[in-house]
Amino acid sequence: MPDSPLVAAAAIAVIALAVAVVVAVGLKVLRSFRELGTDAERATYKTLHTASRAGQYLRTGLNPAGAAKASRQLRGLLGCDGLAITDTTGVLAWDGAAEELKPALMDLAAKVLEGGHTAVIPAGELPLLAGIAGSKEARPLAAGTERAVIIAPIKASTRVVGVVAAFAPAARAGLVRATSEVADWVATQVELAELDASRTLLMEAEVRALRAQISPHFIYNSLNAIASFINTDPVRARELVVEFADFTRYSFRRHGDFTTLAEELRCIDRYLLLERARFGERVQVSLRIAPEVLSTVIPFLSLQPLVENSVRHGLEAKEGPGHITITANDSGAFAEVTIEDDGVGMDPEKLRAVLAGHGDGDHVGLRNVDARLRQVYGEDHGLVIETAPDEGTLITMRVPKSQPRHDA
Amino acid sequence: MNPVVGVAAFAAVSLATAVIGFYGLRISRTTGDFYVASRTVRPWWNASAIGGEYLSAASFLGVAGLILLSGTDALWFPVGYTAGYLMLLLFVAAPLRRSGAYTIPDFTEARLDSRAVRRVTSIVVVVVGWLYIVPQLHGAALAIRITTGLPAWVGQVAVVAVVCVTVVSGGMRSITFVQAFQYWLKLTALAVPVLFILFMLAGNGSPAVAEASANPTALAAAGPYQNFSLLVALLFGTLGLPHVLVRFYTNPDGQSARRTTLIVLGLLSVFYLFPTAYGLLGRMYAPGLAQSGQADALVLLLPGRMVGGPAGDLLSALVVAGAFAAFLSTTSGLVVSLAGVISQDVLGGSVRGFRLAALISAVVPLGIAAMTDSTALAGSVGLVFAFTASTICPVLLLGIWWRGLTDAGAIAGMVTGAVLCGGAMLAGAVLGTAGTPPWLAQPAAWTVPAAFTVMVLVSRATRGRVPRTITRLMTRLHTPERPLVTER
Repeated sequence: MPDSPLVAAAAIAVIALAVAVVVAVGLKVLRSFRELGTDAERATYKTLHTASRAGQYLRTGLNPAGAAKASRQLRGLLGCDGLAITDTTGVLAWDGAAEELKPALMDLAAKVLEGGHTAVIPAGELPLLAGIAGSKEARPLAAGTERAVIIAPIKASTRVVGVVAAFAPAARAGLVRATSEVADWVATQVELAELDASRTLLMEAEVRALRAQISPHFIYNSLNAIASFINTDPVRARELVVEFADFTRYSFRRHGDFTTLAEELRCIDRYLLLERARFGERVQVSLRIAPEVLSTVIPFLSLQPLVENSVRHGLEAKEGPGHITITANDSGAFAEVTIEDDGVGMDPEKLRAVLAGHGDGDHVGLRNVDARLRQVYGEDHGLVIETAPDEGTLITMRVPKSQPRHDA
Repeated sequence: MNPVVGVAAFAAVSLATAVIGFYGLRISRTTGDFYVASRTVRPWWNASAIGGEYLSAASFLGVAGLILLSGTDALWFPVGYTAGYLMLLLFVAAPLRRSGAYTIPDFTEARLDSRAVRRVTSIVVVVVGWLYIVPQLHGAALAIRITTGLPAWVGQVAVVAVVCVTVVSGGMRSITFVQAFQYWLKLTALAVPVLFILFMLAGNGSPAVAEASANPTALAAAGPYQNFSLLVALLFGTLGLPHVLVRFYTNPDGQSARRTTLIVLGLLSVFYLFPTAYGLLGRMYAPGLAQSGQADALVLLLPGRMVGGPAGDLLSALVVAGAFAAFLSTTSGLVVSLAGVISQDVLGGSVRGFRLAALISAVVPLGIAAMTDSTALAGSVGLVFAFTASTICPVLLLGIWWRGLTDAGAIAGMVTGAVLCGGAMLAGAVLGTAGTPPWLAQPAAWTVPAAFTVMVLVSRATRGRVPRTITRLMTRLHTPERPLVTER
């Protein structure tokens, strides 16, 4: 065989390669074991890891689904036979052995829920106690299933919101201590969940508060302006009252946080009609609206406050007639709305303070719209305002045309 | 042909486009005018705009050229181009409008709740757009070469430059009016010369050079498979064209989206009468164009040949203007919608990002067009339709009408369709027109079912991934919305 040396060489090469791979993999595995650290380090890691996994499940508060998953982790942590979590009214989750005690557990826990102190029931006393508790389902326990029960309260702030019950053959002091620590830890998680919930509530309340604020000044001024026409021009006064009614109906509507650009423009039109009753020809308006963007969805009452700002702070303080230009344009995937006035403008530094929330409450409308836009569309989509004293104001708002998640 | 005619026609169309784009919006001052300003785009306007954007070089030049070359087989093109809107009307227009999504990637992301699907869809949309712009630029090259004698690249660069300048400088502020104007310009540019010629022929009864039924070339007639496959591509391909779907967003609600589509059907049917007439006249009076490989220039050359003198020059100028309107409107529509997709997905959605994206979406196809040869315009656009039909169309149809579609299924189906159809297109380009078997030349008949099948099977296999919000989404897509209040 002329090529046998070649074959042999190839075989050797393959074997050498295989050995090298095995050695390399082996070394890597060994090293990764060594990198896990000392026993103490590994124990710390394991405990914290289990705890953080259980914590995820409790992040939504004490509920059956989360408690069921968390109880599995926590039983591993305590190393007991069975573990139950309850709230104040019933058993939420049970993991491991001793489930025959389920009907009696709430009775056993009643004292703990009331007093807020850890209760330990030694192994021998359990059947007796279960009987004393007077539960209808209570029955003598079979021999060999006798267990000690440790019931620790979950104290969130000052209330007891539930208990952690651990079942073990004997109530060792160590287990008792660990169980109450676990209960305290669960309490912390529950508090965090409550914090989360209240933060969400706060945000919702903020949005609701931000949502529709027509200024009380405007209502007062409009009614006064209408009143002045009642004797001189009753027909106009009647028309204005109808406009005012329509305006308030739109502003006070309850449904939906979003509207279309077309509806918002209609609202602005009514608003300007009422302002003109007061200012006469001093307020001039021109509009240039691209019809493509009329059906764009925008936050409810997000343009009217901007126009009101222009009238109130730009034109009211100015002598002689003032001009407001409103445009809406198609700009790629966005709709761009601008509101420009040739009024008195304002100091950019002051404006910055207003938008940061340190203002004197004068421009609350601007800040309100800016905050809502940022909340809905992200930090990049706040108002862009160009202004200087005596130079007028240009407010630009860019809204994505695509909003499949928002109903107008 | 007089070179000045071509240049003047191109300049006039570009100028008109820019002027309408910049000043097309009405400025209203009084409260009474306000209601006029806040009226939404009426279905008629929007339908004209869709027609303007949709009728590309393939329809304006390619269809007549193809009828000259292959006779009645070519009639499947206008039939398919128009009937695609029937599919759009029946299955897509209203639900897509109701979805609130602006682009196709927006829709797939909202429907399937997945960023990955969005990315894949965006890539497909950009590829489709680029492939679609290339034939427009080939058309521009042809028109410039035929009418002015300048080198072909001048036409391509001129179209891309005009589109870039208008889009980047915000000249598309009233894009609906620009596109609607382009439709009526295209219709006039085709109709007036052909009617003039027909009346002239009726008047002096000049004899035909050749029989309309005679085949001026030795091309074999297409078999039933090819016609069927072409129809599949055109019917389903129309459903996924990014620049057409964007226009429906201009409609205030689903109902007016349907009405718009219905009007588009009518507008397109009227339009396609005229390329057909050009094709037939070409067969009778200019069969020589087919032999010299200038079939696509038939529409541009016929009026000058049939009508001499200044009248001929005027008619030629009108046709050239119409042709450039076709290149400009389709290209700018595609560039705007591609720029929207690219700027949102890659450049963060800023104003500068949009401009940069517009440049990218116009310059890349310019490069491709400069490197490739213009083949038959109608045919190359037909292939783009096949690609769209095998990728975007299945996602849209199943996404709208089937609750079971999952993100994994959508991605698998789109990739399958893109690989199969793209592979067939590449193979066809390598093998050349003569060497390509029919099933490779017209791949839609098997790539579209393949994409649908893969999408359904993978979705069934990954049933757990159906988004949890599906019922809410489907309700939104299929129930009538509150009417947009624009009247008092």
